[in-house]
Order: sequence, then structure tokens, then C-alpha cells
Amino acid sequence: MKKKWYVYVFLLLGLWACSSDDSDSDDDSGTITDDDVTITDDDGSSVTFDRGVMLANWADNIIVPSYNAFLDASGLLQTTFDTFKADRNQDNLSSLREAWLEAYKSWQHVSLFEIGPAEDDGLRLNINTYPTDSDLIESHIASGSYNFDLPSNRDSKGFPALDYLLNGIAESDAEVLAVFTDATTGDAYTMYFEDVISDIDSRVAAVRDAWQNGYRDTFVANDGSSATASVDRYVNDFIFYYEKFLRAGKMGIPLGVFTGTTASNTIEAFYSVGISNDLFEEGLDAVQDFFNGKHFGSATVGESLASYLQDLNTVKDGTPLDELINDQFNTARNMVGGLNAFKVEIEENSPPTNMLLAYDEVQRAVPLLKVDMVSAMSIAIDFVDADGD
Amino acid sequence: MLPYLKKYIHEPHEAAPLAVFRIFFGVIMLWSMIRFWSYGWIETLYLEPKFHFSYYGFEWVKPIGNWTYLLFIVCGLASLFVALGYRYRMAIVTFFLTFTYIELMDKTTYLNHYYFISILSFLMIFLPANAYFSIDAKLHPKSRFQYIPSWNINVIKLLLATVYLYAGLAKLNSDWLLDAMPLKIWLPSKFDLPLIGRLLGKEWVHYTFSWFGALYDLTIPFLLLYQPTRWVAFFFVVVFHIMTRVLFNIGMFPYIMIAASLIFFDPKIHHGILRFISRLPYIDKSIFDTGRVYQEIKYAGLKLKYGILVLFFMVQLLFPWRYLLYPGELFWTEEGYRFSWRVMLMEKSGYAQFKIVDRVSGKWFYVDNTDFLTPFQEKQMSYQPDFILEYAHFLKSHFESQGHQNLAIYVESYVALNGRLSKAYIDPQVDLTQEKESFKPKNWILPFNDAIKGI
Repeated sequence: MKKKWYVYVFLLLGLWACSSDDSDSDDDSGTITDDDVTITDDDGSSVTFDRGVMLANWADNIIVPSYNAFLDASGLLQTTFDTFKADRNQDNLSSLREAWLEAYKSWQHVSLFEIGPAEDDGLRLNINTYPTDSDLIESHIASGSYNFDLPSNRDSKGFPALDYLLNGIAESDAEVLAVFTDATTGDAYTMYFEDVISDIDSRVAAVRDAWQNGYRDTFVANDGSSATASVDRYVNDFIFYYEKFLRAGKMGIPLGVFTGTTASNTIEAFYSVGISNDLFEEGLDAVQDFFNGKHFGSATVGESLASYLQDLNTVKDGTPLDELINDQFNTARNMVGGLNAFKVEIEENSPPTNMLLAYDEVQRAVPLLKVDMVSAMSIAIDFVDADGD
Repeated sequence: MLPYLKKYIHEPHEAAPLAVFRIFFGVIMLWSMIRFWSYGWIETLYLEPKFHFSYYGFEWVKPIGNWTYLLFIVCGLASLFVALGYRYRMAIVTFFLTFTYIELMDKTTYLNHYYFISILSFLMIFLPANAYFSIDAKLHPKSRFQYIPSWNINVIKLLLATVYLYAGLAKLNSDWLLDAMPLKIWLPSKFDLPLIGRLLGKEWVHYTFSWFGALYDLTIPFLLLYQPTRWVAFFFVVVFHIMTRVLFNIGMFPYIMIAASLIFFDPKIHHGILRFISRLPYIDKSIFDTGRVYQEIKYAGLKLKYGILVLFFMVQLLFPWRYLLYPGELFWTEEGYRFSWRVMLMEKSGYAQFKIVDRVSGKWFYVDNTDFLTPFQEKQMSYQPDFILEYAHFLKSHFESQGHQNLAIYVESYVALNGRLSKAYIDPQVDLTQEKESFKPKNWILPFNDAIKGI
């Protein structure tokens, strides 16, 4: 049978092709070194990373615990507020501010998880749209009627609205207290404050509950690789958060890098000078801890983007990208840590050179995440036909 | 004329293979139009974007609003008419024009196989694919022919062989063969496939696939041409294209190639396929088996037709080599990359941040690309110099229309290629508003500083 003869030739050619590259690669590219052979199984180097394990680590050890921690902080904000409501004095105002700041910091650890139920709610915009619209807040308080479900009211609620009520409504503490204790309008302000707190709390609680009642399993089970798989979707969301909300929202927009004109009024926590720096650093910590798979509130680490990159590198044998990314996060943190309050940097320097330099370091992580990491993991951005060019 | 040449050009050949080819081509194209529409891609790729990337010289080809749907309807209907062989010549001309227009609307969606369909349908304009087993032939007994000059079959084989061979040659480079790139990046991400998923993380699998792919492309045309190896070759065609279908989002391409490779077979196979189709009502295959031989009418345009075909193949054979005229690494600059059967060769991604500078006041700001581009467009733009330049010019006219003047536009960009760490891509000191698109080398692309050896 002539036909069969050619089958063997073709198969042999194929086999030759495979076997020859195994033996040649030492000479040609050094991809398989002796070290690799000794530490891996007899098949040579291999990527064995399990995305499902990473997703479970994200959900169980980072995302849900972060929501729980936030709800604790927001519960404390509520009880502190109750105390203040009953007795509106200077001490209770100070405690209320502290509780607000703690909850706001805690928010920075959940803001990045805008996927699933949070995405459905538009949680990030519902809770932290700034600059807040103080006129709108005043008119809501004056009229006593407002619907927090309307997108048009997003800039009259959330943490920035609380910032205005606590720190921006008057110059001195005595005057702030006077607003809340005013015989005719004081209760209206107090009620508005309470409504904002409960809007925040109920939205996050609903998201957390959705994670615990089903979404966690959906999220972890969707462990494939496609534009709709959890890893691909979330990595896109994660980078989007870093680029749009951490980099641009907290620094770039106030610095005017997108418009050419500085805009200190767009600073997060505008009415509390200095706090915007802390909020940025909390946000950066959350991003880096997530990247490294660090369990919330613990030093333990699990499978993560960093360990995924390490695993992929066992066959790629390139520069350890996870280290480069961590180094860049650290550089950015150091640079931002050396700044004065963002508001001071922007308003008292023209141009605000130091803050721009710090921004550049924050920016430098973007191509590492968006180009190198996405490329290494072959993250899909969209479902379209492609032939890789 | 040389007897050898005579055999491949003028000798009568059964028309059945061409009829089968025409039917499969029409059906698959109709299917692909429906598929494209059903995925909502007409909206997301052509209607929703605010800006479209044009091919150099084809800036006038743009989506035409809601008429774009009509374009797809006409193209789909033309496919159907081609399959039926009804008013074939008009149908295939319409198909070629509408399909090519669709492809030229936005180069973001460029795919080698779309280009393949365009040139194949162009070629089919010149072939009497309706001579046999078509409605045209049924309606007009005079133009019913069982035999056609053999060149009409052979040009399709030649085009297929060109595609495979050039795709194979393009794989003969150090990234593909020695580093198993980009498969080393792509295959591990397909870990979730049943049965083979776990294997795809293994390095030896990456090398096997790379080498087998190159060997396949280089040898398959010959194995298909040579009668004794034909069935084995077809088996490999099916396996190879099913694998690519499973591993990558390459749409309809695998089906097209599997169906197209049937052209290499003995007409007996095609008669069998047509007999099978004849089971449908109202089809009587026997009326086409007239034994008549299609004779090319000697009219004034005949020489022109042959001239066009010879020119067509010369262009096909030479065009992929144009990259040699450009300095620098082809994969990096992409000058001469497209329309050359370079398929699946690069994992390339980039990042491009545009800086708009007022040359008078020195004030500047950055552009948020998502204001103007879809994620898919932004991805494609970020690592292809001609996209970057075209986008910069678009930004200039956009911001000028907003009242800005004396603008200079710079880009900070990084590109990662086949697992290398990202590097600065476009010279950030070059004002892109001063650069013009042309076929000349783009000297504002920063050097690659690495070597990819090979063709």
C-alpha cells in the first residue's frame, strides 16, 4: 500500500521535528537548561497554573473579607453617628470624623472589585463620585426629598458628600456643630447624613450578600480563558481601576494631566486637606496586595497574578515581570509618600513638579500591567475573530 | 505550446470540482455574513466607533450608517446566488465588491483570511463556475458544460498553494522555531480545553506545534497535489484546521480551508458530492452531464483577461516580499507585514498615550483613548505605527475643531513582542502632526535592538 508508506514518512517528519528541537534548544536558545530539567518532571518545563485556585483565593481570602471589613467600618460609622445624633457635641463630631475616615480608607480596599454584583449596582460611582455637588446637597436638604437611586444624584451622596457635611459645610468646628444643632434646619442635615450612611451601607451589604449567596461560586467556576471568563474580565477591570481611578482619578485629573489645567477641586476628600494622600496610598496598597494575592488582614499569600506570572515564566525564561511590577508599585508609593498634601502640592506649585514626578511613577506601572502582564497571560479584551496579527 | 503547459491550461477538465467549490464557497460566505450579524459585530465594529482606521489610499471607504446593514444583506444575497449559480457573474462581482468594501471600512478588523476571500472572489470573477450544476446552466442549456479548460481549476490550486507556502515560509524565523513563540504564550492560556488542556502548558507541546505548523504549511500543497498522498494530506488538513479552530478565535477560516482543499481531489469525489446534493427536490444532476466542452470564445477581451490573471498572480507572488525594501525588523515596524500570509506569528501588544501640546503656550494634556476608540481599536492601534499616525492626525483635527491651534502631538508608547519585555516604541520627541503616511520607511519608530532571524 503506497498510501501507508507516506503516512509513516509524514509522521516521522513530524516526530523528527519535535525531537530535534528538544535536543537542539540548548544550543539554539538555551530555553531548557540543566537546572530546568532537574527541577521539573520528565516532560520538561511546563505551565501548570490553575486559574480556578487563584479565583478562589481572590474571592474567599481577598474580596469577600474586604467587603466584610468594610461593612464593619461602615457599621461603626453608623453607631458613631447614632451617638452624634443623640448628642451633637465637639467630641462626638471628632469621633464621627474618625469613623468616617476609617470607613473611607476601608472603601479603598473594595473599590477595585467592580465586577459582578458591584458592577450591576455601579457601586463605585454610587459611593465615591467626586467632586461632590454641594449645591445639590444643600437643595436636597432644603427640600427634604431626594432619590439616591437616580444616577443624577451620585454626586450628592457617598463619602464625598459626608466629607462636605463634616468638613466643608463651615469653617470652624463650632460652626459645623451649629449647622447640625440649628433649631430649624439641624435635624434636616442630620437626617441627610444618616440617609447617606445607610445608602452606602445597604449597597455594599447587598453586594457582599450577592457574593455569599451564589456569585462567589459563579465567579470561581468561570475559570476558563476567554473574553467572558472571570480572570480575563477581572484583569481588565483591575487594570481599568488602576488606570482610571487610582492613577487618573486620585492624581492625574487634579494635576490636570488630561486637560492642561490643574483642578484641585477634583481632589478626593477635597474638604479634608491631606487625607487624599492617605486614600491614594490605601488604594495602592489594595492594588498591590491583590496583585500579590495577599489575604485580607493577614500576611499569608495565595495564588495571584504575581504567582501566575512566575509560573508562566518557567517556560518563557524572561525577566521576572512580577518583580518589576512590585518594584514599580514600591517606587510609586515612595514618591507619593514624600509629597505634601495633594491640595497643597497642586495649589502652591505651578507647575506642581514634585507631584507630577510622583504621578509619572504611578503611570509607569500602567504599561507593565496593560502590555506586559496582559500579553504574558494572553488576556482577551473582546470577542472578535483574530489571527494574531 | 509545450505539451506540459497545455495539460495544465487548455486540456478539458471536469467542471464538477469548480461547481462544488462554488457551492461551498457561497454557503460558507452566507453563513459567515449571518454569523457576523448575529454576533452584533456590525454595530460594535462599524456603527458604534466614532472613528475608523483606513487603509492608505482607501480613506474614502467608510461605514455608511444604517446602510451598512444593506451592504451585509447584499453581500449575503450575493453569496447565496454564487452558491446557487444564479446570475453567477453578477453575483460574484457583487460579492467581491461588497465584501472588499466591508473589509476596507476599518483596518482594525484586518485578517489574513478576509484578504484571502477578497482575492479569491476576485479570481472567481474570471472562472466559468456556473457552467455545471448551477441554475444558470439549468436555465440556459446552451451554456451548460461538463468540461472546462483545466486552468480554471488550477488557478485555485495555485492560489491555495501560494497561501500555504508563504504562510510556511513566514514561520521560518527564530522566534517561531527556536523559541516556540508566540505559541508558548498562547497555548498555556487554553488550559481549560477538554482532554488536551493540561498538555498545552508543556514546553515540548509548544515546540511540537510550532514545528508541525511550519512543516504543515510548507508541505501540504505538494501532498495535496500528489495523488498517492492526497488522502493523508486531506486528513492533515482537517486535523490541522480543527485544531486551529479549537485553539484560536479565527472564525470561519478553518471551514473555508477545509472546503477549499477539496479542489485538489479527483472529479469522482465531486460527482459524489453533487449526487448527494441532487437528492434535494428539483435537482436533476443528469441534465448537466452533457459531455460538452466549454470553449473560450476568442473575443477582444480574452487577452486582457489572461493578462489580468497573469498580473494577479505576479502580484500575489511578489507582494509578500516587499518587506525586504524596508529597514528594521518586520515584526517590530510592521512595514510590509499585512497581505503576506503572516498568520499567528506575533503576540504583540502595546500602550500608547498621546500628548497634545500647544506649541505657542507650551501647555499640554493627555488624551483618554477611550473617548474616541473602542477597546478593540485601542488594542490594535497601540502597536501598529500606521494606526498610531492616523489616530494622531485624527486627534489633531478633532482638537482643532474644538478651537485649539498650533498643536503638536507626541506619543509615549510601549510595545511587547513575543514575550520580550515592553520597550519604547515610537520616538516620543517626534511631533506626529508633521509626519505623513506613505510607503516610505517610518523613521520615527524606535529601533528594535534585538534580532529575529529568518525569512
